[in-house]
Amino acid sequence: MIEELGTNDQGDMIINVGPQHPSTHGVLHLVITLHGETVKKVEPHLGYIHRSIEKMSESLSYRQFSYVTSRMDYLSSHINNHACALTVEKGLQIEIPGRAQYIRVILDELTRIASHQLWWGALAMDLGAFTPFFYSFREREMINEIMEETCGARLTMNYIVPGGVMFDIHPDFQKKVKHFLKEFKSKIHEYNELVTGNVIFQNRTKGVGYISKENAISYGMTGPSGRGSGFICDVRKLHPYEMYNQLQFDEITEEGGDAFARYMVRIREMEQSMNIIEQLIDNIPEGDFLAKTKAVLKLPKGDYYTRVETARGEFGVYIISEGGTTPYRIKYRSPGFSNLSALNDMSVGGKLGDLMATMGTLDLVIPDIDR
Amino acid sequence: MFLKEYFKTVYQTLSSLVTGMRLTGYYFTHTKEIITQQYPETKPVLADRFRGEVIMPHNESNEHRCTGCTACELACPNGTIKIVTKNEINAEGKKKKAIDTFVYRLELCTMCNLCIQSCPSDAIIMTNDFEHSVYDRRLLTKVLNNPGSKIMEGVE
Repeated sequence: MIEELGTNDQGDMIINVGPQHPSTHGVLHLVITLHGETVKKVEPHLGYIHRSIEKMSESLSYRQFSYVTSRMDYLSSHINNHACALTVEKGLQIEIPGRAQYIRVILDELTRIASHQLWWGALAMDLGAFTPFFYSFREREMINEIMEETCGARLTMNYIVPGGVMFDIHPDFQKKVKHFLKEFKSKIHEYNELVTGNVIFQNRTKGVGYISKENAISYGMTGPSGRGSGFICDVRKLHPYEMYNQLQFDEITEEGGDAFARYMVRIREMEQSMNIIEQLIDNIPEGDFLAKTKAVLKLPKGDYYTRVETARGEFGVYIISEGGTTPYRIKYRSPGFSNLSALNDMSVGGKLGDLMATMGTLDLVIPDIDR
Repeated sequence: MFLKEYFKTVYQTLSSLVTGMRLTGYYFTHTKEIITQQYPETKPVLADRFRGEVIMPHNESNEHRCTGCTACELACPNGTIKIVTKNEINAEGKKKKAIDTFVYRLELCTMCNLCIQSCPSDAIIMTNDFEHSVYDRRLLTKVLNNPGSKIMEGVE
């Protein structure tokens, strides 16, 4: 039930945060019950950016439906497209060329780094530091340029298609990625100097927005937000897809459960992503980048589910097929929705100012929550 | 003991702030690389593959490669492309299908590149042009084939 705005009979103030608020990073509407400055209840109201993507996809063919997923979690659009392609490939039992697998994984990890860079800048801006935003965008631009050259787009890619990838990589791809890795290694050090070690930042995030491991699991928090509470949930490790089982990388977990732990998970994850790319970038095999598929794709009757690890957590695609050219029903399991559900538990008892730190470290992308 | 802890905290606090300020100070005084692009004055250099707009290339004698097979129309998820065909009588007196108008509605296009991928005769390509703003919405509905254009010989 929606409470009336104003003051209730216990003398609590009920206010709106959003839907037009710079700290919610989109059109998220929170109705907050405040006792003085202490948060008593947070109710998220969704639906402001609902585009009925799942229903829309029912009238699109198996080649067409994945382009819409770039517009859900737009910061990990590659990984969303990847999940859709994997589901269709599972149904059709297509073998993916090795070259395409390498390209896909490299681009997934580049997307993850780019997403965490943007999150880092935006989080610092939420907490009142403006400079980090420019530094993070400076490095993100390098990734965007790599994407633009190879995929032809900077945000909504639609590069990973059923059967492989749309184009071959750009001739400069390997050189540019290596240059980026070299540059960014020193830049992570700068990130730590500027924000991680900063005493104001630490005071604003340590002990803020605490959630225990048990609660994180029962809310279904995944991704860096869940791993910040010590919940081992990396899909890349637990249910490896593509070639993640052949790669050497660590699953980052922190035991703190507070905003600072979630922050550290993401910072350390960027290093792991660079580690993965380093293992792959020199060994991209020659060969096809797109497997031969039929002109019209028809999934056999049945249901198919795939999950992947996006920058925000576990993303699942569930397709029910009746054997036709379009899916009968599509359901997306988006990480942001489950992570947002824990927001009330995390911020009750804290101060209003800490709510922004909590929300910032959850890394919410609103179009992903609403779909 | 208390005083020692106190001064330690003060020292740590100040040093963390100085570390951050040193970094911002470094970039303030070392403006070697200016990242901001002065957009309307200097045009950005875009990658060749950058997807800006669909066009249909014509050669010098006003010929295109489109056979009117409507593969792109079927591949498009938004109904951006509409092909109107007509029957033409060729030199041998046979009836042949040819395009009358190739309508492209830029305002619906999401630049997903599926039409270009599906085209069997490479009749349409993506260009780098990204400056699409116009004063009238109707100007965004474009006809891609030139008036009086014909299909190139040898394209089936």
